[in-house]
Amino acid sequence: MALFQSVFAMLYQFGDTFAFLVISCAGLAVIFGMMGVINLAHGEFIMCGAYVTASAARAGLPLPLAILTGALVAGAVGMVVERLVIRHLYHRPLDSIIATWGISLIATQGVLIVLGSTMQGVGTPLGSIDVGGRSYSLYRLVLMACALGLLGGLYMLFYHSRFGVIARATIQKPQMANALGVNTGRMYGLTFGLGAALAGLAGGLYAPTMTMVPTMGATFIVESFVTVVVGGADIFVGAAPAAAILALIKAGLTAWYGQLFGQIGLLVTVILVIRILPGGLSGWLKGTTR
Amino acid sequence: MTRNRPTLTNLMAGAALALVAGAPAFAQDGPIKIGVLEDQSGDFAAATTVKVHAIELAAKEINDAGGINGRPVELVIYDTQSDNRRYQEFMRRVIQSDKVDVVFAGFSSASREAYRPIVNQFDGLAFYNNQYEGGVCDNNMIVTGAVPEQQFSTLIPWMMEEYGPNVYTLAADYNFGQISAEWVRQIVEENGGTMVGEEFIPLGVSQFGQTIQNIQATDADFVVTLLVGAAQASYYEQASSASVGLPMASSVNVGQGYEHKRFTPPSLADMYVTTNYIEEIDTPASKDFIERFHAMFPDEPYINQEAANSYIAINLYKQMVERAGTTDHDAVRAVLAEGDVCFDGPSGNVCLDPKSQHMSHTIYLAKVNDDHSISFPKVWNDIEPYWLGDAGCDLTKNDPSAQYTPSSPPPAE
Repeated sequence: MALFQSVFAMLYQFGDTFAFLVISCAGLAVIFGMMGVINLAHGEFIMCGAYVTASAARAGLPLPLAILTGALVAGAVGMVVERLVIRHLYHRPLDSIIATWGISLIATQGVLIVLGSTMQGVGTPLGSIDVGGRSYSLYRLVLMACALGLLGGLYMLFYHSRFGVIARATIQKPQMANALGVNTGRMYGLTFGLGAALAGLAGGLYAPTMTMVPTMGATFIVESFVTVVVGGADIFVGAAPAAAILALIKAGLTAWYGQLFGQIGLLVTVILVIRILPGGLSGWLKGTTR
Repeated sequence: MTRNRPTLTNLMAGAALALVAGAPAFAQDGPIKIGVLEDQSGDFAAATTVKVHAIELAAKEINDAGGINGRPVELVIYDTQSDNRRYQEFMRRVIQSDKVDVVFAGFSSASREAYRPIVNQFDGLAFYNNQYEGGVCDNNMIVTGAVPEQQFSTLIPWMMEEYGPNVYTLAADYNFGQISAEWVRQIVEENGGTMVGEEFIPLGVSQFGQTIQNIQATDADFVVTLLVGAAQASYYEQASSASVGLPMASSVNVGQGYEHKRFTPPSLADMYVTTNYIEEIDTPASKDFIERFHAMFPDEPYINQEAANSYIAINLYKQMVERAGTTDHDAVRAVLAEGDVCFDGPSGNVCLDPKSQHMSHTIYLAKVNDDHSISFPKVWNDIEPYWLGDAGCDLTKNDPSAQYTPSSPPPAE
């Protein structure tokens, strides 16, 4: 029983960290992997999703629907931002970093001015379960399931749907795709919207567990960038295994030495990966299988 | 041309003389300038925007009543963005280019320690209107916030008596959290209790799964939460959803970040906080303060401890300048050294201690109930900030400009 209890505790911590990494990096990974745009406003799309989710839930919408609303609104905002700003910077990656950083500053400060420094949150639903004398939040288990569902859903979308085929074609050979009648501009817009919606989904899913403040996106930023950098451009061969490895490192170090070492572990890993595998895990995996 | 030259020189000299003669007279009659450096954006904004409003309220009331010695108060306000470098930058600016008479500055202890050397360098005068980990013995600083002998020496023994001797501390990983945790450790040992765990959390961390498990693995009777900033406040929701179910004790929660208003009940139930002011305090003085505050700032989400301290600080400064007849820092400190600078404000009567330049407080034990309403199981009246003075800090005699802790007290003479 004691063995089961500690194994469950370890699995729970691993799953919890894995879910956080996957959910928070998915939007960033899609936009970076598919479009090559480094979106520094990622955290603010997360904040947007969380704020919309909390408002909708407090207005009486059931939480799952509120989370969906949060994701959709963040996606819509993302498509507008893409049309107005990002579209003009596709071949200027450095400029797009500056532009998205500017958007992030404007969003944080704008929300602070318009909605104030805090917002009332929604409580975490579902309560807790007891396993071997310790209690665990049930909602965190739901988040783990969501992370797996998210990976599965994205895989289906990109590899088994018409949208996925066209999107990948647009990314690999835009001129060719265009010649075959694909409206590449529209595809870019939809892909960016998808990334923003995934960020909004992350915000919505974590809104019930967190403080609602305009700067809340920043707490996701380090983890999501570390995961994408370690993973490389491909979300399935890269970000997902990267999240698993990083979750192992972070959960282990946090369990043995505390939160500080968990954070240090993440950052040391990313430095080593940049030095040894500049293409990230996906670049390395694809390189060896080719 | 040659005929004109002497005239021109005379004119210049005359003008210069007039400037020199006129300058002191102008300074006496001009406004008293108060620099205000507080975080109005960033991680700490939720707790500190209200401090700026409290200072604006006090300044307006003073100006409406004729100013300080007939001179109006002028505020020079900068948003320090929860960023220590901004504190250093703006502290230089308010002292060197805005030439303010006094500065009201700082929320986090990291920001205070960032700007304090600059105040020392230019021999400025700064009020730190925030509860903190204690121990700053510095002639250039006046502290109106509560310190550990006021918040922990009351809270921890009470909690141990009520809930048991096993204590787990969860603290933000910077000078405030580390030194406060040291205080808790010492008080727990003095009272025969046991520290069953201690964990320091880097600022900005928002995921507490492992921490919650660590706490559950011990037989803690209560958890001392010294968490700072919006991100770390996520702990309460996560601990509550994992049914940790332990009472919590704190010197910073509720009284600063009004977590009981922001989170859904009952995530903060059984949180005990020692604070010198929160808006739930039911005294005529407090009620009157809240009414005036809301008349000027109708949308203020919460009037916290630091708002009251900021309001008190500006009134104490007014009294000292009026008694000194000047804003000169040495003259102001000479008034403080007389030992009877007191103010009967929103939190009751408070007095400045000449040895440490800290303030006495009435300390309220605030308990968060299941529905997140507040009750006050105990009140300690007029607790002095005695530790620094007892340990050997005496600013009326010398000025070490240092910060001391229980493990590194002032050197014996």
